[in-house]
Amino acid sequence: MYPEDLRYTKDHEWVRVQGERGTIGITDHAQKQLGDVVFLELPAVGRTLKQHETFGTVESVKAVSELFAPLSGAVLEANTALSQQPEKINTDPYGEAWMVVVKLSVSTEVAELMDASAYRAYVESEAK
Amino acid sequence: MEQAAVALRKTPLNAWHRASGAKMVPFGGWDMPVEYSGLIAEHRAVRTAAGLFDVSHMGEFTLTGPGALAFLQRVTCNDVAKLVDGQAQYSALPMPSGAPVDDIIVSRRGAESFLIVVNASNIDKDFAWLQQHGPRDCELTNRSDDYALIALQGPKAAAILQSLVTFDLATVAYYHFREGDVSGCWASISRTGYTGEDGFELMVAPEHAEPVWRKLTDTGREHGLLPVGLGARDTLRLEARLCLYGNDIDETTSLVEAGLGWTIALVDHKGDFVGRGVLESQKKNGAPRKLVGFEMIERGIARHGYAVYLGDERQGVVTSGSYAPFLQKNIGLCYLPTSQSAVGTEISVEIRERRVGARVVPTPFYKRPR
Repeated sequence: MYPEDLRYTKDHEWVRVQGERGTIGITDHAQKQLGDVVFLELPAVGRTLKQHETFGTVESVKAVSELFAPLSGAVLEANTALSQQPEKINTDPYGEAWMVVVKLSVSTEVAELMDASAYRAYVESEAK
Repeated sequence: MEQAAVALRKTPLNAWHRASGAKMVPFGGWDMPVEYSGLIAEHRAVRTAAGLFDVSHMGEFTLTGPGALAFLQRVTCNDVAKLVDGQAQYSALPMPSGAPVDDIIVSRRGAESFLIVVNASNIDKDFAWLQQHGPRDCELTNRSDDYALIALQGPKAAAILQSLVTFDLATVAYYHFREGDVSGCWASISRTGYTGEDGFELMVAPEHAEPVWRKLTDTGREHGLLPVGLGARDTLRLEARLCLYGNDIDETTSLVEAGLGWTIALVDHKGDFVGRGVLESQKKNGAPRKLVGFEMIERGIARHGYAVYLGDERQGVVTSGSYAPFLQKNIGLCYLPTSQSAVGTEISVEIRERRVGARVVPTPFYKRPR
């Protein structure tokens, strides 16, 4: 599952860029690797994220995985409802399981992200 | 360090696991399924219906001869003499320190014939240990490669297996075993398990593992049987407060501290056994530490290796910890000083540099409805 309207990172996050707003989550590949998700820790609204730094944690029964900011910016919204129902990360990673919305502060960062076909190729090469 | 898949050992069911799309992981040198359809679904299936586990990687030793009983009395902590033919007991191989080399199951096939089932990760260590202790008038043989082992566990386990055997399973009591044909294949069927549910462990010839597994999955399907991987095996045994060697018990933890004092038989007719002195003293005077169960009271999951605090004093680490899929809470085990281990004691667990509150609770966390 590689929605065309999203951009992707090597750490298996996705971003939906809409003007100055970037909505962030983790990909279908990431949720499959994790297994059943049972815990999520998100940053508070207002926190400033720096690209590549950790901004939260997602845990499955078996694994702990840090979340890395694909882009820099201030957190405008955090999906606290998702923290109550983290299993949605498994069932709807690109929809209900959006994690944060940030106000993008470094527009040149977007071009560093992979498009859907580059991310698909990356995932398939990792599997070998 | 990653183990190359080609170097890992495979059970007779490996092809079946891979064909079913199981997520495979290296475990103790074996290529094993950690989950098939999802850990939570598999865990809940075992509690509400049934689950099927490939545990062929575990070890089996036979001990035969007139000296077998005496040898086992010397190297194990439980009373082997109380076993009758067709009966098994949970036990351990203690060191002089009172800590276990391994936890094991001893089964009496006959007055001069015993089977010892050991953890997969300790097969070579246990065999060497037993040999070093000089079996006299008996022969110890490592038969691990000669047997496959399949566990069928859950409230529907008996109903599923009953249709595949010719005798009444009600005659096989808990911690007893008998031989019988399962779908035309010889099996030793014991009413034992590692999940806290009713269930059976079937020992079969390696070439019969796949046909028996397939027959069980076909028969069990309408009952809700699922294949279950090592992931759920671990969360199931944790809910039932069953120790995992390497986590909760190892060569530094005495059997008394671990809450396994009930396996230690200080009866006269057992005679002296390795570690008896220390274990007898600890049973009489108490041990300095105690393995306790805890439940998180603040948000967070405690995991193996996370630091445990009483107030501001570090006490050690979480030995086992996880989200519990049936109980739907975060639980764990850790060692606390015996004087501060009462139920209700508040502790904290360090999770990513934050101290998160927990409380000592009674165990087992889960007990199956009877």
